[in-house]
Amino acid sequence: MQELINIFVKSVFIDNMVFAYFLGMCSYLAVSRTVNTSVGLGAAVIFVLGITVPINYLLENFVLGRGALSWLGPQFAGVDLSFLTFIMFIATIAAMVQLVEMIIEKASPTLYNSLGIFLPLIAVNCAILGGSLFMQERNFANLAEATSFGLGSGTGFFLAIIGIAAIREKIRYSNVPAPLRGLGITFILTGLMGIAFMSFMGIEL
Amino acid sequence: MSETTNNNTQKEPLFSKKNQKLLSNPLNKDNPITVQVLGICSVLAITVQMKTSLVMAISVVAVMGSANLIISLLRKGIPPRIRIIVQLTVIAALVILVDQILKAFVYDVSRQLSVFVGLIITNCIIMGRLEAFALNNKPWPSFLDGIGNAAGYAWVLLAVGFFRELLGSGSLFGYQVIPNAFYDFGYENNGFMILPPMALITVGVIIWVHRSRERDLVDIS
Repeated sequence: MQELINIFVKSVFIDNMVFAYFLGMCSYLAVSRTVNTSVGLGAAVIFVLGITVPINYLLENFVLGRGALSWLGPQFAGVDLSFLTFIMFIATIAAMVQLVEMIIEKASPTLYNSLGIFLPLIAVNCAILGGSLFMQERNFANLAEATSFGLGSGTGFFLAIIGIAAIREKIRYSNVPAPLRGLGITFILTGLMGIAFMSFMGIEL
Repeated sequence: MSETTNNNTQKEPLFSKKNQKLLSNPLNKDNPITVQVLGICSVLAITVQMKTSLVMAISVVAVMGSANLIISLLRKGIPPRIRIIVQLTVIAALVILVDQILKAFVYDVSRQLSVFVGLIITNCIIMGRLEAFALNNKPWPSFLDGIGNAAGYAWVLLAVGFFRELLGSGSLFGYQVIPNAFYDFGYENNGFMILPPMALITVGVIIWVHRSRERDLVDIS
């Protein structure tokens, strides 16, 4: 249990998707104009990462990796399908996003309306594919750890996008040099936030 | 009248004015990174050294040119409802090729790029251009558009890589350029430039310079 909490905290703060790896930057910059929309996108990212990372973990360990197919019989033990990783992961993500969209639409129309257009857009958010690829690189011991990593990464993205949205709402009242307005100042702010998040670096959990 | 215009379009030279624009616009006024804000993730993550930046830039040019060409050739056969999955599959297949080639020929760079080669798939620049251009245009202009946008992406990538490696490690492409005499006088490499946040600030400054030269790009809101 403690291990799971460690992985969660580590992926929220130390290995933050946005500030440490710059994943999901496109939607992070495009959707962070107001706090309300960014809460919607952040929640959707947590949700989708929490589902796709464990599914891709199962795929990786039972279909794609070297010898992962050995449960089919001894003659499959030497099969290595890892070159198919990208195509399988992105297919899973696109399919899961579609599925999640349909389920939410049926089960909870209010949540569906509040997430709105963000759900389908998430399929091409680099943070989602990045989450799965990092999961593959880090060799988690079991499914629970992978899930915890997925949820943690999503939460990290959630915190980051809400933070920048709040700052951008306030900065409208400041006198920023004209060429720096909009995109430029957002980059520099993100850099400063990244420096703040670096204070978590080196914490051993 | 219609016949003459038809003739004109058929005899349009390969590098007509319009096609040149497709190549040159994304380098400056319509730059994918500083103006369209697409494909930021990789710009920031792999620009610590010029070498990784260059390999990444070449990979993106290759993937983007061929993806635009293929989607443009297929554009009449793709049902609109499933176009995103078709596009992702085409891109993913091309990226797998690039990944295998990198692993075979420049293994150490491929290790350094780690997951970011795979992330070319979700690089919004590629999806964005496929959606915006390749789906409604002929193969040759689409190909040029892909190459142009990838080149616009590449120069920002190389510029960020140049400053980060020069100021952060005092070298370019791994060769030391700052003479030892400087270090004897107490010059220090700015270790801060190697850290992730400085990539963001470097891009921010590039945008600042770019927009102060091109006044009509300034964000009025």
